[in-house]
Amino acid sequence: MSMIKVKKLNKYFGDLHVLKNIDLNVEAGEVVSVIGPSGSGKSTLLRCLNRLEEPSSGDIIFEGISVMDDEHHDINELRQKMGMVFQQFNLFNHMNVMENITLAPIKLKNMDKDQAKKVAEDLLKKVGLLDKAEAYPAQLSGGQKQRIAIARALAMSPDVMLFDEPTSALDPEMVGDVLKVMKDLAAEGMTMVIVTHEMSFARDVADRVIIMDEGNIIEEGNPKQIFNAPKHPRAKDFLSRVLNLF
Amino acid sequence: MDFSFLLDYKNFFINGTQITVLLAFFAVLFGIGIGIVLAMFKISNNKFLKGIASVYIEFIRGTPLLVQLFIIYYGLPYLGVEFPDFPLLGQNVGDFMAGVIAMSINSGAYVAEIFRAGIQAVDKGQMEAARSLGMPYLMSMKKIILPQAFKNILPALGNEFIVVIKESAIVSIIGIHDLMYNADTVRGNTYKPFEPLIVAAVIYFIITFTLSKFIGLLEKRMDTA
Repeated sequence: MSMIKVKKLNKYFGDLHVLKNIDLNVEAGEVVSVIGPSGSGKSTLLRCLNRLEEPSSGDIIFEGISVMDDEHHDINELRQKMGMVFQQFNLFNHMNVMENITLAPIKLKNMDKDQAKKVAEDLLKKVGLLDKAEAYPAQLSGGQKQRIAIARALAMSPDVMLFDEPTSALDPEMVGDVLKVMKDLAAEGMTMVIVTHEMSFARDVADRVIIMDEGNIIEEGNPKQIFNAPKHPRAKDFLSRVLNLF
Repeated sequence: MDFSFLLDYKNFFINGTQITVLLAFFAVLFGIGIGIVLAMFKISNNKFLKGIASVYIEFIRGTPLLVQLFIIYYGLPYLGVEFPDFPLLGQNVGDFMAGVIAMSINSGAYVAEIFRAGIQAVDKGQMEAARSLGMPYLMSMKKIILPQAFKNILPALGNEFIVVIKESAIVSIIGIHDLMYNADTVRGNTYKPFEPLIVAAVIYFIITFTLSKFIGLLEKRMDTA
């Protein structure tokens, strides 16, 4: 079953046409990596999925429901089922880790405090940071913050997780911990859309890789095919540049 | 210089100081209420609300407080609005309410700018993270943005309180028995045109200086928190 269906999505920032007639399908349980040069529109595409960025035209169907249909569906309820992880983590700075994770379940799902705490503890175990439950974001490293941010998103038990360059702001030695959490998540069957610069992650974990350039999807397919034999000349160019780094 | 009149007239200064501090306190308190609403209007995407807030803020900041005070003091009764007595204070302090209303309306415009700046200084990602979890806008504001904005806002609010204390001297013109008014009364009663003013100035200074030291402490505390 298709979990997210993007139909003829366009996005303008003023005169700048950043997404051009994008069509995209994400199946339930699928891990999709979106790669491409900076400015290609990949983050904007991701942020349109939960309407943090307002699409200029087109439609996005999530689990059979249009996220654009404000008359019949509350976007806030749809967002509860779409977890998001940001490049800059965006942990709530005035709350400790436990409060960061439990706030939304308590406020939005009417979970009682003890139950929410139990959920949070399980998630903290999963990301390997149970000992940081009382810490404040300022006391954590970037890698720790990002794993907490993942736990916070998971606490709402979303059906899909959107990752917006989750490792781009991390020191190199922190990247591995975050990627491991994401790999585990993928192995559990979570549907994931990941905008990333981590080519090895895209190659090893993704079921499908999408290459964007200047607001278009220029190539998509399974990672092997994309990384070994890209067809589009711009895709070839992009991959040769980023893969040479390794 | 002869300050012996203080023995007989000290209660004038004490009572006047009370009225001045109370007036400033309520003006800032109501000003905060007005300011929060205006700040929310100003950062909203609604052009109409934005417009209302902008006009209010620009107009209040662009006209003298004395004019605003007179408009309230003479204008509202003209329109049939009577000022109620302020609870607890009784009737012998003048139209305290008129002073509170005018000063609140005035302070609200400045507080709105303080809140707007404080809110906009909070990283955008905080709101995005809250919204991405499915929290509605107002809940995100209340739970995530405002608590963090308050850190930026509190010192500036303290300064606003100081400003209001100083500017409140103007309400003596409409007969509110504040520190300035009472100092003037003492001048008349004692035939000493100069010394009571010195006393009033010293009292104003003690209040504002203490407050600004206190704000400084608070700021330091928050930096470490």
